[in-house]
Amino acid sequence: MSERADNGSTPLLEVRDLTVHHGQLRALDRVSLRVFPGEVYAIIGANGAGKSTLLRTIAGLHRPTDGAILYDGKDMTKIRPERRATGGIVMVPEGRRLFGSLTVEENLKVGATYARKGPWTIERVYEIFAWMKDRRTQRTAQLSGGEQQAVAIGRALVANPRVLLLDELSLGLAPVIVQRIYAMLPQILATGLTVLLVEQDVSQALRVASHIQCLLEGHTTLEGRPSEVTAEQVEAAYFGLGQAAAEGSEALWHGSTPSSRAS
Amino acid sequence: MAWVNAIIQGILTGGLYALFACGLSLMFGVMKVVNLAHGDLAVIGAYVALGVITVTHIPALWSFVIVVPIMAVLGYALQRTLIQAALDRGVLITLLVTFGLSVVIESGLLQFINADSHSLGVGESIITGSFSIGSQIQIPYLLLLIFAVAVVVLLGLQYFLSLSRYGRMIRAVADDQEAAQLSGIDYRHVFGIAAAIAFGTVALAGIAYGMYSQFSPTTGTDTILLFAFAAVVIGGLGSLWGTLLGGIVLGVAQQIGAQINQADQVLAGYIVFLLVLALRPQGLTARRAQS
Repeated sequence: MSERADNGSTPLLEVRDLTVHHGQLRALDRVSLRVFPGEVYAIIGANGAGKSTLLRTIAGLHRPTDGAILYDGKDMTKIRPERRATGGIVMVPEGRRLFGSLTVEENLKVGATYARKGPWTIERVYEIFAWMKDRRTQRTAQLSGGEQQAVAIGRALVANPRVLLLDELSLGLAPVIVQRIYAMLPQILATGLTVLLVEQDVSQALRVASHIQCLLEGHTTLEGRPSEVTAEQVEAAYFGLGQAAAEGSEALWHGSTPSSRAS
Repeated sequence: MAWVNAIIQGILTGGLYALFACGLSLMFGVMKVVNLAHGDLAVIGAYVALGVITVTHIPALWSFVIVVPIMAVLGYALQRTLIQAALDRGVLITLLVTFGLSVVIESGLLQFINADSHSLGVGESIITGSFSIGSQIQIPYLLLLIFAVAVVVLLGLQYFLSLSRYGRMIRAVADDQEAAQLSGIDYRHVFGIAAAIAFGTVALAGIAYGMYSQFSPTTGTDTILLFAFAAVVIGGLGSLWGTLLGGIVLGVAQQIGAQINQADQVLAGYIVFLLVLALRPQGLTARRAQS
């Protein structure tokens, strides 16, 4: 993490010791992260590791029991989700969550309702997803899963976010579709966006990310650049196997406290 | 000929029932609130109109210019406070809260006004007059006017919901509140707008009923709410044009019932209501993509 901070920039998004409960269950336990401008930051981890909870809490859909979320240096922890969205933190939710009774274009228009100023317009979205314009008057229920995911991404982009949160883009989609969607990422990043994504598909995450962080049962078990971590470390961090083996690479561990790794 | 007359009267009365129902349908469609105070709020609208007419001496027909905005503001305020607070605690709580509101309104009217019946615009020719087709069919101007108002209101709502920016937001919020929030939309404000519109139609319903018949503090629950429910259920929940169809079916059933036996008018309406509930609980209009 230190070498990222060395370039002098301040994190665009910072999460400090975030703890989130779902009822009695502690979904996140003092998770921290720092996302710098222009990064593709990937959160990986198994089902139930707390990845989506982390993203949803950053978007404002869950209230943390403890910890803070800073955006551009300002504390956002108590800000309502819609204010975060208009402020530039926009999420593509898990399962796409399109407005089913609205057409493709209406979905995009809703996304653009309170858009910030920026490069993204509905026309621009039609440019990168060429099929979309011809089918703009269709209801989104008539689209395939991959097409729906594209509309969901478009709906987020037209808001002109500074930080784009992508929650499990690959969920329920064929691998070839997933590849096609991730292939769009460079075009999206070229407009100056910062991306924080959650992904179960580790190889996909390692391919696109400039920084990864692995969660296991609500704790951070590994973080670093994809080039710096070995497949064994990722595997150990992902499944929580061989804690001892991972212990050897202490420099890569940024789980906030030793005790947070203990479980 | 008497039967034709009954059917025509029934269709026209259906316009009044559709006016009762569309606010109820809108609030259910958008925020899943079954507003049990719906009828009492219409009665409040009628009383406000009575006050406005008494004070300003404007013709009863034009009272809506003042009453509709008042009720719309009341709708926004109630939604943002009482009803939203109930919604935050669960959809079932809204039933209790709006039931409580209904009781409070009815008791309040009895306590602070009185139990007397009133009506609006007695003696104004357009309200009491009628014209004849042949010897048997008599059509009151008022019923025709109310039917036209109902159609205009439904057309306007349809136009607003499908083409305007706020209409689009209302539909988006009705589909998925959380996803709407992620698009920067404050769904509580949008709920408030929807409630304001619903209360505006409630005001029209109250005024229309006040001109058509007599109202008293109990009219809201014993007539308006029940007929609104029946029209909504017959037509199909959440469907705007369904409410017009539902209103017409209810109106025609009542008039045909009255034709058989004067005492069976209301009963006939409820029999159709029960039949629809039993045989086609989704309502007569096919349910389109959940709105």
